[in-house]
Amino acid sequence: MEKIKCAIIGSGNIGTDLIYKIQRSQFLEPVWMVGIDPDSEGLSRAKDLGLKITSDGVDGLLPHVLKDNIQIAFDATSAYVHAENSRKLNELAVLMIDLTPAAIGPLCVPPVNLKDHTEKLEMNVNMISCAGQATIPIINSVVQIQSVEYAEIVASLASKSVGLGTRANLDEFTYTTSSAIETVGGARKGKALAIINPAEPPLVMRNTIYCITDDKPDEAKITASILAMIKEVQKYVPGYKLVNGPIFDDRKVSVFMEVGGLGDYLPKYAGNLDIMTAAATRTAEMFAEEIQSGKITLTPVEAK
Amino acid sequence: MTQNTKKLSSLHGRKVILHDMCLRDGMHAKAEQISVEQMVTVATALDDAGVPYIQVTHGAGLGGNSLQHGFALASNEEYISAVAPLMKQAKVSVLLIPGLGTMKELQSAYDAGARSVHVATHCTEANTSPQHMAFARELGMDTTGFLMMAHLNDAKGLTEQALLMESYGAQTVYLTDSAGYMLPADVTECISALRDSLKPETEIGFHGHHNLGMGIANSIAAIEAGASRIDGSAAGLGAGAGNTPLEVFAAVCERMGIETGVDLFKLMDVSENIILPMMDHVIRVDRESLTLGYAGVYSTFLLHAKRAAERFGIPARDILVELGRQKMIAGQEDMIVDTAMTMAKKRGIAIK
Repeated sequence: MEKIKCAIIGSGNIGTDLIYKIQRSQFLEPVWMVGIDPDSEGLSRAKDLGLKITSDGVDGLLPHVLKDNIQIAFDATSAYVHAENSRKLNELAVLMIDLTPAAIGPLCVPPVNLKDHTEKLEMNVNMISCAGQATIPIINSVVQIQSVEYAEIVASLASKSVGLGTRANLDEFTYTTSSAIETVGGARKGKALAIINPAEPPLVMRNTIYCITDDKPDEAKITASILAMIKEVQKYVPGYKLVNGPIFDDRKVSVFMEVGGLGDYLPKYAGNLDIMTAAATRTAEMFAEEIQSGKITLTPVEAK
Repeated sequence: MTQNTKKLSSLHGRKVILHDMCLRDGMHAKAEQISVEQMVTVATALDDAGVPYIQVTHGAGLGGNSLQHGFALASNEEYISAVAPLMKQAKVSVLLIPGLGTMKELQSAYDAGARSVHVATHCTEANTSPQHMAFARELGMDTTGFLMMAHLNDAKGLTEQALLMESYGAQTVYLTDSAGYMLPADVTECISALRDSLKPETEIGFHGHHNLGMGIANSIAAIEAGASRIDGSAAGLGAGAGNTPLEVFAAVCERMGIETGVDLFKLMDVSENIILPMMDHVIRVDRESLTLGYAGVYSTFLLHAKRAAERFGIPARDILVELGRQKMIAGQEDMIVDTAMTMAKKRGIAIK
């Protein structure tokens, strides 16, 4: 079966790491890399890895979409330009996987709700944030056992793994992740905190997840549910590991996680890159399988 | 009398703006349990003593109410709107740490009456603050960039970070000795480097902690090197061994001829009559707070480490030293419990 051809928009940390993840996929093939800076390291690396490149932004890609049969695009630019990128590519029947905090499409965390999205064809799905991908599965695994009044997550990221785009727009990261804790995780109220630590050697990405359950937590059931969910995430992020917990203090459940990366583009400490790119790749693969089997057909989205 | 023959200090006539922290940093020392009524009592007394800036928020600032940092008795808006209208001359300020607080929260703090903000980042991560700094300026607030855990960067690095903050719109840049680790010579070197590089109209500030007993000496060193704003708190009510005790600092300033505009005796009365009785524990350099200064650990970790020590059976000093070794920074309070659990496992102590 022929692989589904993909374009990557944005040549920063996330876009560059995506090349490696997609190249390894049995369903996807990276064909184009789109940047805006002809001298960016991401673009030159993409070229070395055999991709076609343009430094003219999405407009540089549009004339080639039909000829090269691009069906899926990954947007790793910024929340501010995503809507426009998505509109232009949707018009050409390209499905959009959004890795910015724009969140104009439905939010997706693969082990929690990916099936819902592939069953009804979505032309734009959003991957929330690295912290969202790393913590929402755990929150949801608690919610599956009993209702959660409030969930809070703390993501600690190595300074070297946080790009300029994320730094300049930290509030968007906070808003998008907090709201996804509610809409995807299932907690009634959510809050997200991010810490950027410059220690050398860089610290591996850490995530702490707190849930306040409505009733006294069923410790055995919740522990089993969390461990089962960790196994699901490990299928696409092998470095997703429980460090401590769960511990229970009255109605509070605390879980301490670590996310090691595969070391594709940035070293292994940058698990925040991996969990985002791996989740996006897994999402695209599910759509690709449906396209290949003929279950879904991508159609142009008419301009409003 | 020898007193009369002493030379005037070289700082005679210098003007310095004092900024009281006991209703923000002091929240850390009270596990965030200061009531609205207490805030009003303290702030009106400080205002009456002529303190020009008073910080009023959760210890971790805007967005601070959380499981990670504890829940205060009231929202930041409730605190600010209770205090601000009563101020005769003082401005109410807030703390905002990007990644925790957001622009939405800054807007609502402004609406409640806050007119000055410390936008705080770790001392190497200034570029997480441009949107907050720009927004604060747009609101017309007195805007300060606050480089935390300053001992973890050198003079050259701190200067680069300060220049970034200045470029985002900071009118003042502070070096923040969050761990109370710096010594006067470090302060002199770093503040001098900032003064040489920042625009002349950009003010420089220093925020000290008293973990090595250096709060006053460091603040004086900062003024000698060109700082014109100093944070402290009445009776030192703040994290770790407390902030630079403001009444002591004001007395030293008066002796040196540094002009602060505050009424020293009134400030001493606030400290003795109002703040001291509020303290849950005597804030001083004790074994654990000294460990913070000695090992370079974020002062706010103190009470969290004491709680983890009790829960997991590992001495607080051991936990703090390990956190220092791992280079944990402001905001990583979750790693205190995590570290204590990992240490307990290694020592064969069962986790309940």
